[in-house]
Amino acid sequence: MQGESLIVRDLDICATPPGEVERTIVSQISFALKPGEVMALIGESGSGKTTIALAMMGYARRGCRIAGGSVQLGETDILTLPALETRALRGHRVTYIAQSAAAAFNPSRRLMDQVIEGALIHGVMDRQQAQQKAIQLFAELALPDPEHIGDRYPHQVSGGQLQRLMAAMALITDPALVILDEPTTALDVTTQVDVLRAFKRVMRERGTTALYVSHDLAVVAQIADHVLVLQAGEEQEQGPIGQILDKPGHAYTRSLLAAARPETRVPSRLASSGDELLRIDDLQVGYGHRNRSGEPDNIVLDHIRLRIDRGQALGVIGESGSGKSTLARAVAGLVAPSRGEVQFNRRELSPTLRGRTSEQFRRIQIVFQSADNALNPAHTVRRLLNRPLETYFQMSRDARRQRVEELMDLVKLPRTLLDRKPSELSGGQKQRVNLARALAAEPDLILCDEVTSALDTVVGAAILELLAELRRELGVAYLFISHDISTVRSLCDDVMVLYQGECVEFGPCSTVLNHPQHDYTRKLIGSVPELQPGWLEACQWSTHTQPSTSPV
Amino acid sequence: MNNTKVIPSAKGNTHQHAMAGSRLPITSPKQRNRSRLQLTRWIGLGLFSFWLLVAIFGPLFAPYPMGAFVSDQIYGGASAAHLLGTDYMGRDMLSRILTGARYTVGLALVAALLSTLVGAGFGMLTVLLPHWLEESIRRVFDTLISIPSKMMALVMVSAFGTSIPLLILAAVLSYAPGSFRISHSLAKNLATLEYVQVASTRGEGRLYIAAVEIFPNMIQPVLTDMGMRFVFIVLLLSGMSFLGLGVQPPVADLGSLVRENIGGLSQGALAVIAPALAIGSLTVGANLLIDSLSNSRDNQKE
Repeated sequence: MQGESLIVRDLDICATPPGEVERTIVSQISFALKPGEVMALIGESGSGKTTIALAMMGYARRGCRIAGGSVQLGETDILTLPALETRALRGHRVTYIAQSAAAAFNPSRRLMDQVIEGALIHGVMDRQQAQQKAIQLFAELALPDPEHIGDRYPHQVSGGQLQRLMAAMALITDPALVILDEPTTALDVTTQVDVLRAFKRVMRERGTTALYVSHDLAVVAQIADHVLVLQAGEEQEQGPIGQILDKPGHAYTRSLLAAARPETRVPSRLASSGDELLRIDDLQVGYGHRNRSGEPDNIVLDHIRLRIDRGQALGVIGESGSGKSTLARAVAGLVAPSRGEVQFNRRELSPTLRGRTSEQFRRIQIVFQSADNALNPAHTVRRLLNRPLETYFQMSRDARRQRVEELMDLVKLPRTLLDRKPSELSGGQKQRVNLARALAAEPDLILCDEVTSALDTVVGAAILELLAELRRELGVAYLFISHDISTVRSLCDDVMVLYQGECVEFGPCSTVLNHPQHDYTRKLIGSVPELQPGWLEACQWSTHTQPSTSPV
Repeated sequence: MNNTKVIPSAKGNTHQHAMAGSRLPITSPKQRNRSRLQLTRWIGLGLFSFWLLVAIFGPLFAPYPMGAFVSDQIYGGASAAHLLGTDYMGRDMLSRILTGARYTVGLALVAALLSTLVGAGFGMLTVLLPHWLEESIRRVFDTLISIPSKMMALVMVSAFGTSIPLLILAAVLSYAPGSFRISHSLAKNLATLEYVQVASTRGEGRLYIAAVEIFPNMIQPVLTDMGMRFVFIVLLLSGMSFLGLGVQPPVADLGSLVRENIGGLSQGALAVIAPALAIGSLTVGANLLIDSLSNSRDNQKE
């Protein structure tokens, strides 16, 4: 079965939040796809991308209702189908690839059983045929050892492989329409290239019609023919990918494009005074049992040396598992290093929390990636900001109140939010409160662990802007951890590239990122998708081109 | 509605599509669930608060003193003078239930509060203690949890003789370990969250972290758990009384009322049915209330 045409007309979806009246969350969406075309739905979180994509299967999430419109796939009008036929449609003619493959696979069953499950349930083919077909798909998706990879369990393959296995699961019934819901968002850039390439080839060869949900314009540019830009459940702009990239008609599309190409704020070297603030010498951090010479079983970070001056920003980049976050946690005192020392303000810093002075606690603040988990949901914003003031400074009640309001101004939040709880704030607002809490301590050094990763591009760009501004005005230094090269480039003076727990390159941002010396740095930089169609084909990097230091 | 003009065929179909949309099986199960949830919550709340009020004010409304022999008839049926009939010694059943409920509800409440206090308190604090201390405290509670609750209560009563403080102690020893296990695992998960780490890098002490950062985020499940323990303890105490090892005469709780009048069972006497129904409605009410509370919390999270 080849891809079929998809025509959506005037789609409306309503949602009923608990205890509230029903409201429309997606309104009047129409688009048409010819067989074999790929449409990208793009927009920030909450813009209704996934809701629309799920409606293509006649499915609405709990509390939602498809209120009107039509979805026509080939000859079938999906929304008028009775329940039984809808069931026959899902996982057969329309299939779905979810964002997190790790959560979508059942950890207790072999991969092959799960990949062919859909085909067996719908009676498309027998087990023998299905397994052959699956192996063929594994090979097409460039999975290693296609004959036997199906015998493994989900935890035995990597994230990128799992994502490709899920693509095999979706494609095994030769669906007329495939829905890809942010399939590469959770992956490292270096893995993302391979997965995108595999997806693209398989979909082109089979002429599959696809709906690609993403917030990343650069990824969409590689894979989609048409783009539909969404904001708050409404269409902002629709057109072929080239047109959207070159001549965006709508202001919102332009802001998306601008956020995807952050301009390099030439970091002012003025702020850095040459006064040493943090110095790390030959640091080793690991987990597990320590052997006689004091080395732990699993070494996460080794031979790390760095120096941060007052008011300087050091970026740390690397893929997941490279030990970036462990570095921040070691400096914060949450993990004790097994070797090496950390000097702060020219005084040795105790490896654990216990030996640190209140002054040291105050001067080093940590800001975590997910503001959802970093802010106590039971406390109001006022209380969250008040606490550091109470612990570190002897301030009168009035002085505290005033300071809290100053902090809100500093991170550009309205004071009316002070009495709200974190759950009543948006993602960007939460991250600002998170920053404000760190700033309340008037720190010298802020450890930023992936602070923009969980945010939409536009919101993330605003947070970066704020970080740069705070640095100019308050002279704080940052240890800025990120997997996103463009954010590091736009904020930091120096950059350190981590690969498997070791520093492979260190130096000024402009030098390292523009003239990378090490293979891995080149690969990392070369894997970031660019905002032009055809980049994917031109990109020569893949996981198979391993950097030279990689232990085999 | 501009689009209907662009696509002429859609106009005639609009109505049909709207119908189709609302006919899908996944449409809105929520609405139905919610009204049912509301209903069970009100029933639960009604039954539970009724028994709470009886426990507090019941004796004031009792028409006769608890121990007074007021009728010649034993196992009497309902009448104007004795609304719930009379018991095996001709005492007024209504008065006895109104007075006895205080022991059942009061004892169970105190015991449930104490076991949650002990269990949740330790559960939360052990998370922040050094590993070896945490493990030793866990082992102690694990040992206690392996002893069947009724067995423990029976052994304690036979060793020390029955008394109200001893009954409470037995209930706490039986039910605090369960509460410990639940709150310990809740707190363990919360303690790995980033806001707790932020608090510890701020230099906060253990007690502050437990009381301010962790506790407010686990209070709901802990309360639900306490409600469940309340029900278990009602059943344990009633069971003990039924065996004659619980609250002793002249006072009587609901369980001992059932036991005293068990002789009337063959006659279908109201004297045995009424206290049994009382225990049933109290526990069912508490259960419904807990269910609806924990359900509504789940819904909020979504």
